[in-house]
Amino acid sequence: MREVAIVGTGMTRFGELWESSLRDLFAEAALAAIEDAGVDHLDSIYVGNMSAGRFVGQEHLGPLMADQIGMAGVAATRVESACASGGVALRTAFLEVASGASDLVLASGVEKMTDGADVTDVLATAADQELEAYQGITFPGLYAMIARAHMEAHGTTEEDLARVTIKNHHHGALNPKAQFRREFTLAQVLGSAMVAEPLRLLHCSPVSDGAAAVLVCPLELARHYTDRPVKIIGSGLATAPMALADRRDPAALDAVKRSAERAYEMAESDPGKIQVAEVHDCFSISEICCTEELGLVERGRGGQAVQSGETALGGRLPVNTSGGLKSKGHPVGATGIAQAIEIYQQLRGEAGDRQVPDAHCGLTQNMGGSGASSVVHIFERA
Amino acid sequence: MPSPRYWREVPARYRLEGARCRECEKVVFPRRRVCPACRGNHLEPMRLSRSGRVVTSTVVHVAPTDLGMEAPYPVAVIETHEGARLMAQVTDCEPSEVKPGLEVSLEFRRIRREGHSGILCYGYKAVPSR
Repeated sequence: MREVAIVGTGMTRFGELWESSLRDLFAEAALAAIEDAGVDHLDSIYVGNMSAGRFVGQEHLGPLMADQIGMAGVAATRVESACASGGVALRTAFLEVASGASDLVLASGVEKMTDGADVTDVLATAADQELEAYQGITFPGLYAMIARAHMEAHGTTEEDLARVTIKNHHHGALNPKAQFRREFTLAQVLGSAMVAEPLRLLHCSPVSDGAAAVLVCPLELARHYTDRPVKIIGSGLATAPMALADRRDPAALDAVKRSAERAYEMAESDPGKIQVAEVHDCFSISEICCTEELGLVERGRGGQAVQSGETALGGRLPVNTSGGLKSKGHPVGATGIAQAIEIYQQLRGEAGDRQVPDAHCGLTQNMGGSGASSVVHIFERA
Repeated sequence: MPSPRYWREVPARYRLEGARCRECEKVVFPRRRVCPACRGNHLEPMRLSRSGRVVTSTVVHVAPTDLGMEAPYPVAVIETHEGARLMAQVTDCEPSEVKPGLEVSLEFRRIRREGHSGILCYGYKAVPSR
Protein backbone atom coordinates (compact mmCIF):
# COMPACT_ATOMS: atom_id res chain seq x y z
CA MET A 1 0.00 0.00 0.00
CA ARG A 2 1.15 3.57 -0.70
CA GLU A 3 1.39 6.10 2.11
CA VAL A 4 -1.53 8.55 2.00
CA ALA A 5 -1.87 12.17 3.13
CA ILE A 6 -4.47 14.90 3.42
CA VAL A 7 -3.41 18.06 1.58
CA GLY A 8 -6.45 20.33 1.67
CA THR A 9 -9.67 20.83 3.60
CA GLY A 10 -12.89 22.79 3.42
CA MET A 11 -16.05 22.96 5.47
CA THR A 12 -19.15 25.03 5.93
CA ARG A 13 -20.16 26.43 9.26
CA PHE A 14 -22.39 23.88 11.00
CA GLY A 15 -25.85 24.97 12.10
CA GLU A 16 -29.41 25.64 11.02
CA LEU A 17 -28.49 26.99 7.60
CA TRP A 18 -31.97 27.76 6.33
CA GLU A 19 -30.78 29.49 3.17
CA SER A 20 -28.47 26.66 2.02
CA SER A 21 -29.58 23.57 0.09
CA LEU A 22 -27.93 20.14 0.12
CA ARG A 23 -26.01 20.95 -3.06
CA ASP A 24 -25.03 24.45 -1.84
CA LEU A 25 -23.52 22.94 1.29
CA PHE A 26 -21.56 20.32 -0.63
CA ALA A 27 -20.27 22.81 -3.20
CA GLU A 28 -19.08 25.27 -0.55
CA ALA A 29 -17.04 22.64 1.30
CA ALA A 30 -15.76 20.81 -1.78
CA LEU A 31 -14.64 23.97 -3.61
CA ALA A 32 -12.90 25.22 -0.47
CA ALA A 33 -10.93 21.95 -0.19
CA ILE A 34 -10.01 22.02 -3.88
CA GLU A 35 -8.88 25.64 -3.61
CA ASP A 36 -6.99 24.96 -0.38
CA ALA A 37 -4.93 22.23 -2.07
CA GLY A 38 -4.72 24.10 -5.37
CA VAL A 39 -5.63 21.08 -7.52
CA ASP A 40 -7.10 21.47 -11.01
CA HIS A 41 -8.63 18.02 -11.39
CA LEU A 42 -9.90 15.07 -9.36
CA ASP A 43 -9.69 11.33 -10.04
CA SER A 44 -12.62 10.47 -7.85
CA ILE A 45 -15.18 11.81 -5.35
CA TYR A 46 -16.84 10.12 -2.38
CA VAL A 47 -19.88 11.74 -0.81
CA GLY A 48 -20.66 10.56 2.71
CA ASN A 49 -24.37 11.01 3.36
CA MET A 50 -26.81 9.22 5.60
CA SER A 51 -30.24 9.97 4.26
CA ALA A 52 -30.67 12.76 1.72
CA GLY A 53 -33.38 10.50 0.27
CA ARG A 54 -35.46 10.82 3.43
CA PHE A 55 -34.42 14.32 4.50
CA VAL A 56 -34.82 16.15 1.19
CA GLY A 57 -35.92 13.43 -1.29
CA GLN A 58 -32.62 13.30 -3.17
CA GLU A 59 -30.67 10.10 -3.91
CA HIS A 60 -27.88 9.48 -6.45
CA LEU A 61 -25.60 12.09 -4.92
CA GLY A 62 -22.39 11.07 -6.75
CA PRO A 63 -23.16 12.52 -10.17
CA LEU A 64 -25.26 15.38 -8.78
CA MET A 65 -22.44 16.65 -6.60
CA ALA A 66 -19.68 16.08 -9.17
CA ASP A 67 -21.67 18.19 -11.63
CA GLN A 68 -22.27 20.93 -9.04
CA ILE A 69 -18.52 21.56 -8.78
CA GLY A 70 -17.89 21.39 -12.53
CA MET A 71 -16.53 17.85 -12.37
CA ALA A 72 -19.19 15.93 -14.34
CA GLY A 73 -17.40 12.93 -15.79
CA VAL A 74 -15.31 12.22 -12.68
CA ALA A 75 -15.98 8.94 -10.83
CA ALA A 76 -18.30 9.82 -7.94
CA THR A 77 -20.20 7.67 -5.45
CA ARG A 78 -22.24 8.15 -2.32
CA VAL A 79 -21.08 6.22 0.76
CA GLU A 80 -23.52 5.35 3.54
CA SER A 81 -23.03 4.00 7.04
CA ALA A 82 -25.60 6.10 8.92
CA CYS A 83 -23.83 8.68 11.14
CA ALA A 84 -20.46 7.13 10.19
CA SER A 85 -20.98 7.87 6.49
CA GLY A 86 -18.34 10.63 6.45
CA GLY A 87 -15.71 8.51 8.18
CA VAL A 88 -16.38 5.61 5.84
CA ALA A 89 -16.14 7.99 2.83
CA LEU A 90 -12.69 9.01 4.11
CA ARG A 91 -11.70 5.36 4.51
CA THR A 92 -12.88 4.55 0.99
CA ALA A 93 -10.86 7.45 -0.44
CA PHE A 94 -7.84 6.40 1.65
CA LEU A 95 -8.00 2.83 0.33
CA GLU A 96 -8.40 4.02 -3.28
CA VAL A 97 -5.28 6.18 -3.02
CA ALA A 98 -3.33 3.61 -0.99
CA SER A 99 -4.07 0.93 -3.61
CA GLY A 100 -2.60 3.05 -6.38
CA ALA A 101 -5.89 3.20 -8.29
CA SER A 102 -6.20 7.01 -7.95
CA ASP A 103 -4.02 9.97 -7.00
CA LEU A 104 -6.41 12.82 -6.19
CA VAL A 105 -9.56 11.86 -4.32
CA LEU A 106 -12.06 14.15 -2.65
CA ALA A 107 -13.56 12.61 0.50
CA SER A 108 -16.60 14.59 1.55
CA GLY A 109 -19.70 14.44 3.68
CA VAL A 110 -22.93 16.41 3.65
CA GLU A 111 -26.30 16.42 5.38
CA LYS A 112 -29.26 18.80 5.14
CA MET A 113 -31.35 17.98 8.21
CA THR A 114 -33.46 21.10 8.78
CA ASP A 115 -36.45 22.16 6.73
CA GLY A 116 -37.48 18.67 5.59
CA ALA A 117 -38.70 15.40 7.04
CA ASP A 118 -39.17 14.65 10.76
CA VAL A 119 -35.60 14.23 12.02
CA THR A 120 -36.43 11.76 14.82
CA ASP A 121 -38.16 9.47 12.32
CA VAL A 122 -35.33 9.66 9.76
CA LEU A 123 -32.57 9.04 12.29
CA ALA A 124 -34.49 6.02 13.59
CA THR A 125 -33.88 4.34 10.22
CA ALA A 126 -30.29 3.74 11.40
CA ALA A 127 -31.70 1.37 14.04
CA ASP A 128 -33.26 -2.01 13.32
CA GLN A 129 -36.62 -1.04 11.81
CA GLU A 130 -38.40 -4.30 12.54
CA LEU A 131 -37.11 -5.01 16.03
CA GLU A 132 -36.39 -1.55 17.49
CA ALA A 133 -37.96 1.42 15.71
CA TYR A 134 -41.33 -0.38 15.38
CA GLN A 135 -41.50 -0.69 19.17
CA GLY A 136 -41.28 3.09 19.56
CA ILE A 137 -37.64 3.47 20.46
CA THR A 138 -35.81 6.60 19.28
CA PHE A 139 -32.09 7.22 18.86
CA PRO A 140 -31.76 9.10 22.14
CA GLY A 141 -33.71 6.18 23.64
CA LEU A 142 -31.16 3.62 22.45
CA TYR A 143 -28.26 5.63 23.87
CA ALA A 144 -30.28 6.17 27.04
CA MET A 145 -30.40 2.39 27.49
CA ILE A 146 -26.65 2.20 26.88
CA ALA A 147 -26.24 4.96 29.50
CA ARG A 148 -28.31 3.13 32.10
CA ALA A 149 -26.37 -0.08 31.45
CA HIS A 150 -23.07 1.82 31.81
CA MET A 151 -24.28 3.47 35.03
CA GLU A 152 -25.31 0.08 36.40
CA ALA A 153 -22.00 -1.60 35.44
CA HIS A 154 -19.50 1.17 36.21
CA GLY A 155 -21.20 3.68 38.51
CA THR A 156 -21.27 6.43 35.88
CA THR A 157 -23.45 9.31 37.10
CA GLU A 158 -25.77 11.89 35.58
CA GLU A 159 -23.20 14.50 36.55
CA ASP A 160 -20.52 12.62 34.54
CA LEU A 161 -22.84 12.81 31.52
CA ALA A 162 -23.36 16.53 32.08
CA ARG A 163 -19.61 17.15 32.34
CA VAL A 164 -19.16 15.86 28.78
CA THR A 165 -21.60 18.51 27.56
CA ILE A 166 -19.94 21.25 29.62
CA LYS A 167 -16.46 20.32 28.36
CA ASN A 168 -17.45 20.08 24.71
CA HIS A 169 -19.33 23.38 24.77
CA HIS A 170 -16.29 24.97 26.42
CA HIS A 171 -14.23 23.75 23.45
CA GLY A 172 -16.87 24.56 20.85
CA ALA A 173 -17.17 28.14 22.07
CA LEU A 174 -13.64 28.56 20.66
CA ASN A 175 -14.54 27.12 17.23
CA PRO A 176 -15.78 29.61 14.60
CA LYS A 177 -17.46 26.76 12.64
CA ALA A 178 -19.46 25.48 15.63
CA GLN A 179 -23.26 25.57 15.75
CA PHE A 180 -23.51 26.48 19.45
CA ARG A 181 -20.62 28.69 20.52
CA ARG A 182 -21.71 29.04 24.11
CA GLU A 183 -20.92 27.50 27.48
CA PHE A 184 -23.37 25.71 29.77
CA THR A 185 -23.42 25.26 33.55
CA LEU A 186 -24.10 22.01 35.39
CA ALA A 187 -27.45 23.38 36.56
CA GLN A 188 -28.47 24.22 32.99
CA VAL A 189 -27.62 20.72 31.72
CA LEU A 190 -29.34 18.94 34.61
CA GLY A 191 -32.34 21.25 34.29
CA SER A 192 -32.83 20.81 30.54
CA ALA A 193 -35.87 18.93 29.21
CA MET A 194 -35.89 15.13 29.42
CA VAL A 195 -35.59 13.39 26.04
CA ALA A 196 -35.13 9.73 27.03
CA GLU A 197 -34.23 8.96 30.65
CA PRO A 198 -31.51 9.63 31.75
CA LEU A 199 -30.60 11.73 28.68
CA ARG A 200 -31.74 15.34 28.58
CA LEU A 201 -31.78 17.82 25.72
CA LEU A 202 -28.30 19.09 26.60
CA HIS A 203 -26.89 15.55 26.48
CA CYS A 204 -27.91 15.27 22.81
CA SER A 205 -26.14 16.56 19.72
CA PRO A 206 -28.26 19.03 17.73
CA VAL A 207 -29.99 18.85 14.35
CA SER A 208 -27.58 20.48 11.89
CA ASP A 209 -26.90 21.31 8.28
CA GLY A 210 -23.35 21.24 7.00
CA ALA A 211 -20.71 19.77 4.75
CA ALA A 212 -17.00 19.03 4.95
CA ALA A 213 -14.40 17.83 2.45
CA VAL A 214 -10.76 16.79 2.44
CA LEU A 215 -8.41 16.13 -0.43
CA VAL A 216 -6.45 12.89 -0.21
CA CYS A 217 -3.37 11.99 -2.29
CA PRO A 218 -0.27 9.78 -2.12
CA LEU A 219 2.33 11.09 0.33
CA GLU A 220 4.92 11.19 -2.48
CA LEU A 221 2.81 13.86 -4.26
CA ALA A 222 1.62 15.68 -1.15
CA ARG A 223 4.27 18.41 -1.12
CA HIS A 224 3.13 19.62 -4.53
CA TYR A 225 -0.03 20.81 -2.77
CA THR A 226 1.01 21.79 0.75
CA ASP A 227 4.20 22.17 2.75
CA ARG A 228 2.61 20.47 5.77
CA PRO A 229 0.70 17.36 4.72
CA VAL A 230 -0.90 15.16 7.38
CA LYS A 231 -0.53 11.41 6.90
CA ILE A 232 -3.33 8.91 7.46
CA ILE A 233 -1.36 6.06 9.03
CA GLY A 234 -4.20 3.79 10.12
CA SER A 235 -7.80 3.07 9.18
CA GLY A 236 -10.14 0.56 10.79
CA LEU A 237 -13.81 -0.22 10.20
CA ALA A 238 -15.89 -2.70 12.16
CA THR A 239 -19.49 -3.73 12.70
CA ALA A 240 -21.54 -5.13 15.58
CA PRO A 241 -25.11 -6.45 15.74
CA MET A 242 -27.61 -3.73 14.72
CA ALA A 243 -30.10 -4.38 17.49
CA LEU A 244 -29.07 -3.45 21.02
CA ALA A 245 -30.82 -6.59 22.27
CA ASP A 246 -28.46 -8.71 20.16
CA ARG A 247 -25.27 -7.34 21.76
CA ARG A 248 -23.52 -9.40 24.42
CA ASP A 249 -23.53 -6.37 26.77
CA PRO A 250 -25.58 -3.22 26.10
CA ALA A 251 -22.90 -1.11 27.82
CA ALA A 252 -20.16 -2.34 25.43
CA LEU A 253 -19.53 -0.93 21.95
CA ASP A 254 -17.63 -3.82 20.37
CA ALA A 255 -17.51 -2.23 16.91
CA VAL A 256 -15.64 0.75 18.36
CA LYS A 257 -13.11 -1.51 20.06
CA ARG A 258 -12.55 -3.61 16.92
CA SER A 259 -12.28 -0.62 14.58
CA ALA A 260 -9.69 0.90 16.92
CA GLU A 261 -7.68 -2.33 17.14
CA ARG A 262 -7.58 -2.51 13.34
CA ALA A 263 -6.48 1.13 13.00
CA TYR A 264 -3.81 0.83 15.71
CA GLU A 265 -2.48 -2.32 14.04
CA MET A 266 -2.24 -0.72 10.60
CA ALA A 267 -0.60 2.38 12.10
CA GLU A 268 1.73 0.28 14.30
CA SER A 269 0.51 2.57 17.05
CA ASP A 270 -1.29 2.35 20.38
CA PRO A 271 -3.53 4.54 22.55
CA GLY A 272 -0.51 5.87 24.46
CA LYS A 273 0.73 7.67 21.34
CA ILE A 274 -2.50 9.61 20.73
CA GLN A 275 -2.28 13.28 21.79
CA VAL A 276 -5.65 14.58 20.58
CA ALA A 277 -8.83 12.76 19.59
CA GLU A 278 -12.17 13.53 17.99
CA VAL A 279 -14.67 11.00 19.31
CA HIS A 280 -18.31 10.39 18.32
CA ASP A 281 -20.24 12.20 21.10
CA CYS A 282 -23.69 12.09 19.48
CA PHE A 283 -24.90 11.76 23.09
CA SER A 284 -22.77 12.50 26.13
CA ILE A 285 -22.75 8.81 27.12
CA SER A 286 -21.19 7.86 23.79
CA GLU A 287 -18.05 9.92 24.45
CA ILE A 288 -17.67 8.12 27.79
CA CYS A 289 -18.14 4.66 26.21
CA CYS A 290 -16.00 5.40 23.14
CA THR A 291 -12.98 6.81 24.99
CA GLU A 292 -12.99 3.55 26.95
CA GLU A 293 -13.36 1.30 23.90
CA LEU A 294 -10.59 3.22 22.09
CA GLY A 295 -8.28 2.53 25.03
CA LEU A 296 -7.80 6.25 25.64
CA VAL A 297 -9.08 5.83 29.21
CA GLU A 298 -9.43 2.73 31.37
CA ARG A 299 -12.71 0.76 31.12
CA GLY A 300 -15.28 2.17 33.52
CA ARG A 301 -13.29 5.40 34.00
CA GLY A 302 -14.76 7.35 31.07
CA GLY A 303 -16.92 9.46 33.36
CA GLN A 304 -14.12 10.17 35.84
CA ALA A 305 -11.77 11.15 33.01
CA VAL A 306 -14.17 13.93 32.08
CA GLN A 307 -14.73 14.97 35.72
CA SER A 308 -10.98 15.24 36.35
CA GLY A 309 -10.31 17.36 33.26
CA GLU A 310 -8.03 14.71 31.72
CA THR A 311 -9.90 14.92 28.41
CA ALA A 312 -10.36 18.70 28.36
CA LEU A 313 -8.08 21.22 26.63
CA GLY A 314 -5.04 21.50 28.86
CA GLY A 315 -5.53 17.94 30.14
CA ARG A 316 -3.56 14.74 29.48
CA LEU A 317 -5.46 13.86 26.29
CA PRO A 318 -7.89 16.49 24.97
CA VAL A 319 -10.99 14.89 23.41
CA ASN A 320 -13.28 16.78 21.03
CA THR A 321 -11.35 20.03 20.89
CA SER A 322 -13.66 21.08 18.02
CA GLY A 323 -16.61 21.05 20.41
CA GLY A 324 -17.54 17.58 19.25
CA LEU A 325 -20.87 16.69 17.75
CA LYS A 326 -22.51 18.23 20.81
CA SER A 327 -21.39 21.84 20.35
CA LYS A 328 -19.98 21.96 16.82
CA GLY A 329 -23.12 20.29 15.44
CA HIS A 330 -23.86 16.92 13.83
CA PRO A 331 -24.92 17.05 10.17
CA VAL A 332 -24.61 13.27 10.23
CA GLY A 333 -22.99 12.55 6.87
CA ALA A 334 -20.47 15.39 7.29
CA THR A 335 -19.37 14.59 10.84
CA GLY A 336 -16.64 12.03 10.06
CA ILE A 337 -14.92 14.40 7.64
CA ALA A 338 -15.21 17.38 10.00
CA GLN A 339 -13.51 15.29 12.70
CA ALA A 340 -10.58 14.67 10.33
CA ILE A 341 -10.36 18.40 9.59
CA GLU A 342 -10.05 19.21 13.30
CA ILE A 343 -7.18 16.73 13.67
CA TYR A 344 -5.57 18.05 10.46
CA GLN A 345 -5.61 21.56 11.91
CA GLN A 346 -4.33 20.37 15.28
CA LEU A 347 -1.38 18.50 13.72
CA ARG A 348 -0.51 21.51 11.57
CA GLY A 349 -0.65 23.83 14.57
CA GLU A 350 -3.57 25.79 13.09
CA ALA A 351 -6.24 25.22 15.73
CA GLY A 352 -5.91 28.69 17.28
CA ASP A 353 -7.34 28.94 20.79
CA ARG A 354 -8.11 25.22 20.68
CA GLN A 355 -4.53 24.19 19.87
CA VAL A 356 -3.08 21.20 21.73
CA PRO A 357 0.61 22.12 22.14
CA ASP A 358 2.94 20.25 19.78
CA ALA A 359 0.42 17.60 18.75
CA HIS A 360 1.88 15.27 16.15
CA CYS A 361 -0.43 12.23 16.42
CA GLY A 362 -4.23 12.27 16.52
CA LEU A 363 -7.24 10.00 16.16
CA THR A 364 -10.81 10.24 14.88
CA GLN A 365 -13.66 7.85 15.66
CA ASN A 366 -17.00 8.06 13.86
CA MET A 367 -19.91 5.76 14.69
CA GLY A 368 -23.09 4.65 12.93
CA GLY A 369 -26.42 3.94 14.58
CA SER A 370 -26.30 2.87 18.20
CA GLY A 371 -22.76 1.60 17.61
CA ALA A 372 -23.39 -1.01 14.90
CA SER A 373 -20.63 0.50 12.77
CA SER A 374 -17.52 2.40 13.76
CA VAL A 375 -14.58 3.74 11.78
CA VAL A 376 -11.30 4.95 13.27
CA HIS A 377 -8.48 6.86 11.61
CA ILE A 378 -5.05 7.69 12.97
CA PHE A 379 -3.15 10.70 11.68
CA GLU A 380 0.45 11.83 11.96
CA ARG A 381 2.37 14.92 10.95
CA ALA A 382 4.33 14.17 7.78
CA MET B 1 -43.47 0.98 6.48
CA PRO B 2 -46.91 -0.27 5.30
CA SER B 3 -48.26 -2.67 7.87
CA PRO B 4 -49.20 -5.52 5.48
CA ARG B 5 -45.45 -5.98 4.98
CA TYR B 6 -45.17 -6.70 8.67
CA TRP B 7 -47.57 -9.60 8.69
CA ARG B 8 -46.18 -11.01 5.45
CA GLU B 9 -42.54 -10.71 6.46
CA VAL B 10 -42.39 -10.70 10.24
CA PRO B 11 -44.78 -13.40 11.51
CA ALA B 12 -42.56 -13.73 14.61
CA ARG B 13 -44.06 -10.49 15.89
CA TYR B 14 -47.47 -12.07 16.49
CA ARG B 15 -46.39 -15.53 17.61
CA LEU B 16 -43.14 -14.75 19.49
CA GLU B 17 -41.49 -17.22 17.19
CA GLY B 18 -37.75 -17.53 17.66
CA ALA B 19 -35.32 -20.35 16.97
CA ARG B 20 -32.80 -22.51 18.78
CA CYS B 21 -29.44 -23.32 17.18
CA ARG B 22 -29.00 -27.08 16.96
CA GLU B 23 -25.22 -26.75 17.25
CA CYS B 24 -24.68 -24.32 20.11
CA GLU B 25 -28.17 -24.06 21.69
CA LYS B 26 -28.32 -20.27 21.34
CA VAL B 27 -31.87 -18.95 21.23
CA VAL B 28 -32.50 -16.08 18.83
CA PHE B 29 -35.50 -13.85 18.23
CA PRO B 30 -36.82 -13.62 15.62
CA ARG B 31 -35.81 -16.59 13.44
CA ARG B 32 -32.84 -16.03 11.19
CA ARG B 33 -30.87 -18.10 8.70
CA VAL B 34 -27.51 -18.22 10.45
CA CYS B 35 -26.72 -18.49 14.15
CA PRO B 36 -25.00 -15.24 15.24
CA ALA B 37 -23.00 -17.13 17.88
CA CYS B 38 -21.56 -20.10 15.93
CA ARG B 39 -22.59 -19.49 12.29
CA GLY B 40 -24.43 -22.80 12.30
CA ASN B 41 -27.34 -22.90 9.89
CA HIS B 42 -29.56 -25.44 11.58
CA LEU B 43 -31.94 -23.30 13.58
CA GLU B 44 -35.12 -24.93 14.79
CA PRO B 45 -38.18 -22.73 15.14
CA MET B 46 -39.53 -22.44 18.65
CA ARG B 47 -42.17 -20.40 20.43
CA LEU B 48 -40.75 -18.30 23.24
CA SER B 49 -42.38 -18.49 26.64
CA ARG B 50 -44.00 -15.18 27.48
CA SER B 51 -41.92 -14.52 30.56
CA GLY B 52 -38.66 -12.66 30.97
CA ARG B 53 -36.85 -9.89 32.83
CA VAL B 54 -35.64 -6.37 32.10
CA VAL B 55 -31.93 -6.02 31.18
CA THR B 56 -31.81 -2.25 30.62
CA SER B 57 -34.43 0.39 29.91
CA THR B 58 -35.30 4.01 29.27
CA VAL B 59 -38.38 6.19 29.36
CA VAL B 60 -38.99 7.90 26.01
CA HIS B 61 -40.22 11.49 26.46
CA VAL B 62 -39.66 12.75 22.90
CA ALA B 63 -41.41 10.13 20.75
CA PRO B 64 -41.55 9.30 17.05
CA THR B 65 -44.42 10.94 15.12
CA ASP B 66 -46.81 7.97 15.35
CA LEU B 67 -46.37 7.68 19.12
CA GLY B 68 -46.39 11.35 20.08
CA MET B 69 -49.56 11.03 22.14
CA GLU B 70 -48.27 8.01 24.09
CA ALA B 71 -45.17 9.64 25.65
CA PRO B 72 -43.71 9.28 28.17
CA TYR B 73 -43.46 5.48 27.89
CA PRO B 74 -40.82 2.97 29.05
CA VAL B 75 -38.94 0.79 26.56
CA ALA B 76 -36.68 -2.06 27.68
CA VAL B 77 -34.39 -4.82 26.49
CA ILE B 78 -36.04 -7.99 27.79
CA GLU B 79 -34.36 -11.37 28.19
CA THR B 80 -36.82 -14.27 28.04
CA HIS B 81 -36.30 -17.32 30.22
CA GLU B 82 -34.89 -19.20 27.21
CA GLY B 83 -32.19 -16.53 26.83
CA ALA B 84 -33.56 -14.69 23.78
CA ARG B 85 -33.36 -10.90 23.96
CA LEU B 86 -35.76 -8.42 22.40
CA MET B 87 -36.82 -4.81 22.75
CA ALA B 88 -40.34 -3.92 23.84
CA GLN B 89 -42.39 -1.22 25.49
CA VAL B 90 -43.27 -1.88 29.09
CA THR B 91 -46.85 -1.03 29.88
CA ASP B 92 -49.54 -1.16 32.59
CA CYS B 93 -47.11 0.24 35.17
CA GLU B 94 -45.45 3.43 36.37
CA PRO B 95 -42.38 4.18 34.22
CA SER B 96 -40.27 4.44 37.39
CA GLU B 97 -41.00 0.77 38.23
CA VAL B 98 -39.02 -0.42 35.21
CA LYS B 99 -35.58 -1.44 36.53
CA PRO B 100 -33.05 -4.17 35.62
CA GLY B 101 -34.32 -7.53 36.87
CA LEU B 102 -38.03 -6.59 36.77
CA GLU B 103 -39.99 -9.75 35.87
CA VAL B 104 -42.34 -9.22 32.94
CA SER B 105 -44.64 -11.18 30.70
CA LEU B 106 -44.93 -10.47 26.98
CA GLU B 107 -48.46 -9.82 25.81
CA PHE B 108 -50.17 -9.16 22.50
CA ARG B 109 -50.96 -5.45 22.29
CA ARG B 110 -51.59 -2.61 19.89
CA ILE B 111 -48.28 -0.88 19.18
CA ARG B 112 -49.28 2.13 17.07
CA ARG B 113 -51.69 3.74 14.64
CA GLU B 114 -49.79 4.10 11.43
CA GLY B 115 -49.56 7.40 9.54
CA HIS B 116 -52.51 9.46 8.36
CA SER B 117 -54.68 6.42 7.62
CA GLY B 118 -54.42 5.31 11.25
CA ILE B 119 -54.03 1.61 10.44
CA LEU B 120 -53.69 -0.33 13.69
CA CYS B 121 -50.40 -2.17 14.11
CA TYR B 122 -50.04 -4.96 16.66
CA GLY B 123 -47.18 -6.78 18.34
CA TYR B 124 -45.83 -7.58 21.80
CA LYS B 125 -45.43 -5.37 24.87
CA ALA B 126 -44.06 -6.31 28.27
CA VAL B 127 -46.26 -6.14 31.37
CA PRO B 128 -44.76 -6.47 34.87
CA SER B 129 -45.62 -9.86 36.44
CA ARG B 130 -47.69 -9.30 39.58
